[in-house]
Amino acid sequence: MLVAVLTYVGYGVLTLFGYLRDFMRQWKIEKCQNATEREEQKDFVPLYQDFENFYNRNLYMRIRDSWNRPICSVPGAKVDMMERVSHDYNWTFTYTGRVIKDIINMGSYNYLGFAQKTGACQEAAAKVLSQYGAGVCSTRQEMGNLDKHEELEKLVARFLGVESAMAYGMGFATNSMNIPALVGKGCLILSDELNHASLVLGARLSGATIRIFKHNNMQSLEKLLKDAIVHGQPRTRRPWKKILILVEGIYSMEGSIVRLPEVIALKKKYKSYLYLDEAHSIGALGPSGRGVVEYFGLNPEDVDVMMGTFTKSFGAAGGYIGGKKELIDYLRTYSHSAAYATSMSPPVVEQIITSVKCIMGEDGTTVGRARVQQLAENTRYFRRRLKEMGFIIYGNEDSLLLSLLSRIKYGTFYNSSCSCSATTGIIVMISLSLGSAFGREMLKRNIGVVVVGFPATPIIESRARFCLSAAHTKEMLDTALKEINEVGDLLQLKYSRRRLVPLLDRPFDETTYEETED
Amino acid sequence: IIRLLFSKTYKLQERSDLTLKEKEELIEEWQPEPLVPPVPKDHPALNYNIVSGPPTHIITVNGKECINFASFNFLGLLNNEKVKSAAQASLKKYGVGTCGPRGFYGTFDVHLELEERLAKFMRTEEAIIYSYGFATIASAIPAYSKRGDIVFVDEAACFAIQKGLQASRSNIKLFKHNDMADLERLLKEQETEDQKNPRKARVTRRFIVVEGLYMNTGDICPLPELIKLKYKYKVRIFLEESLSFGVLGEHGRGITEHFGINIDDIDLISANMENSLASIGGFCCGRSFIIDHQRLSGQGYCFSASLPPLLAAAAIEALNIMEDNPDIFQTLRAKCERIHKALQGISGLKVVGESFSPALHLQLEESCGSRENDVKLLKRVVDYCMNSGIALTQARYLEKEEKSLPPPSIRVVITVEQTEQELDKAASLLKEAAQSVLN
Repeated sequence: MLVAVLTYVGYGVLTLFGYLRDFMRQWKIEKCQNATEREEQKDFVPLYQDFENFYNRNLYMRIRDSWNRPICSVPGAKVDMMERVSHDYNWTFTYTGRVIKDIINMGSYNYLGFAQKTGACQEAAAKVLSQYGAGVCSTRQEMGNLDKHEELEKLVARFLGVESAMAYGMGFATNSMNIPALVGKGCLILSDELNHASLVLGARLSGATIRIFKHNNMQSLEKLLKDAIVHGQPRTRRPWKKILILVEGIYSMEGSIVRLPEVIALKKKYKSYLYLDEAHSIGALGPSGRGVVEYFGLNPEDVDVMMGTFTKSFGAAGGYIGGKKELIDYLRTYSHSAAYATSMSPPVVEQIITSVKCIMGEDGTTVGRARVQQLAENTRYFRRRLKEMGFIIYGNEDSLLLSLLSRIKYGTFYNSSCSCSATTGIIVMISLSLGSAFGREMLKRNIGVVVVGFPATPIIESRARFCLSAAHTKEMLDTALKEINEVGDLLQLKYSRRRLVPLLDRPFDETTYEETED
Repeated sequence: IIRLLFSKTYKLQERSDLTLKEKEELIEEWQPEPLVPPVPKDHPALNYNIVSGPPTHIITVNGKECINFASFNFLGLLNNEKVKSAAQASLKKYGVGTCGPRGFYGTFDVHLELEERLAKFMRTEEAIIYSYGFATIASAIPAYSKRGDIVFVDEAACFAIQKGLQASRSNIKLFKHNDMADLERLLKEQETEDQKNPRKARVTRRFIVVEGLYMNTGDICPLPELIKLKYKYKVRIFLEESLSFGVLGEHGRGITEHFGINIDDIDLISANMENSLASIGGFCCGRSFIIDHQRLSGQGYCFSASLPPLLAAAAIEALNIMEDNPDIFQTLRAKCERIHKALQGISGLKVVGESFSPALHLQLEESCGSRENDVKLLKRVVDYCMNSGIALTQARYLEKEEKSLPPPSIRVVITVEQTEQELDKAASLLKEAAQSVLN
């Protein structure tokens, strides 16, 4: 409690400072360093509201160096980063030309380690590049549908266990362009509190009514479903045309896994449709990497629309949607992306084909399977060690995302008794300055982590996130853990006083517990 | 009075009191629509043409070898050896994917280099790269224009612009295609509105969104008049140059070079790299004041993985080629004029588009009644041509979603790689096809 108050006080101080500096800039006491409007256009309506830019100018500029760090090697387990310094407090950066080598990369979404510059995937992609070229220059419906795309779609459908699938060039665009094609006015969308921006944008663009249920809270979802069916559309009382539930497999900022069996039970009871976004969980959860559906041992045909991206576990770019044949045929005809957006680039398609075959084991080796298991082991090891060191971890036991709590009074944990998982670790700090200090200290010790702040998380919770990968060896994890320990002591981030007791008899429980402060 | 104060306020009963049993009955009875309506098997957009092999000058469509008049490969860079080897080198160095958005270790030095090169080429201060062409303008518009702002947009704007406008929730005012008088009328109306409410007018931003070379109609926007209107009515201009980048202008810098306008007069230029640069993705360029804002608030930039480095390297090499050979733009223009002339006078089909536009439309002179029949008729023309060795395609639209649906047409694309004989062959083949199918 004290800490939350202190954080608010801190923000208040920064705001005051910000006003002071703005004042000085206006009166030209302090030099104004950000870009300004053209002279000829000074009397146009200002492009940015003053207050919008306030956060940007005063708060973000101070800690800007934690983001957009440029790298210059393959984003594998170890990465080289270009060094940049700022002589004027982060307003501009200059590159010194030196390269910091071998930073342990805990920031890229390289879950199965397919981001490599040698190996079967890369060779196949090189061959396809020399044969097909880099671009496509046409849309799917016109002249851009290559045989490679057809091959990819059949393969993805087989991998997921659905009837057919369709691939798109960008994961964000997959959501924002296909949700409007599936639902429209007169339909209802029930979306989780913490859904990703692409799902929110797709829901808004569709024109349907959106209602939000609390994160992973099945009672809230059930209540909304009941009310919706009983009372119909808000003013006219007509029955809804369709109800679509939008959930994600793993939530990237929380690290929690969706409660899929319960959602499916609800969906069947109330005759609605389920849209599952497996951006982080495909390839990483489940004993053979087929995602959250396999993790829970459910039937993939129960999920109406399975969506995912190829960026994270497959080391390429793009997204897909899988489902019944009628659904995919409809999307081929009516999806915005098929009619207006260029299709995927051929070497990227080849990378996905090779990596999917590797995971399924069809290329003759057991490399894929081994990687999935390595990832699960890495996760469990990392989590256990962090807990032993006294940090609090946010998120599911098995989830890829590890979140460390620093000073929170109440925490909710979702226990699971299943075994595999992918992971990212998230450390939750109260204030953003603590977060950015953490990021800088870790970089000094040659470990790259990700710090997330205000727009993506609530204002008093900023997080540092660790993304584990199958390419991390035990030594790398140990080095990382040692450094995290040091930095944690330095910044006083360890706040676990009570050990979490997992409830093994009821696997999907919401356990609340109270944390005492230091 | 005291009684009135103390009595309960009269509220319309929002919720009827249903018993639990009635609620359960309602839940039982409710039948949703099927998730997707069934699509008829012969829907024209359902069966895609399968292209085996690279979509370059000679293309193998559905098993037949044809000359490609359908891919937007204007400068022929799709099959260029230098571009491919640059992409190969980058593949060997970086692998395929970037595994992260720009903010979290997804920024590579190739991205920074490409942004610098594009800014230098277009002679602006800064450029920003997106990983998908459609998302470029669809994320750029909502970053600046919010609820309550006013956007004047041309009727024939492409679908990506329409989606960007929808996501921005601003007031949209359409003006007739390329009709400056109509635009001026709308601007004047807006001005009189502003005078009624000056406080609100001081904070509503105004934008004009136009395309350099329109994809749906093939003509260019009258940019000098737009600039005059900009300064007269104090509106900002966003220019979408997907088709005109790398085509118009002496050095390929687009419509600003074509008309000789100072590039700082345009607030934002957005283009996609999928047409002339034969890569994937898009970019926006302009002054730092404007572009920097997108780094935090462009949705397709912050929340999406960055462009794969091999595609960025391919784009850099393509830019190099464009800078080293400025005469390809002249050649392309000459070819466009040639075929434009050759295609005039086909009975039944009329050519829509400027004479120097490399993407033309062939529309039916007289429609046969319904759009479906028109589409079927055009399909027969296209099939006739494909059987004889010229690959063409119909321009595809989402009929229900477009604001102003263009009539069905055949898209003809001219590239630098096509020889004069091939152009003549295509023209004569189209004449034959029109003769046999439409008469």
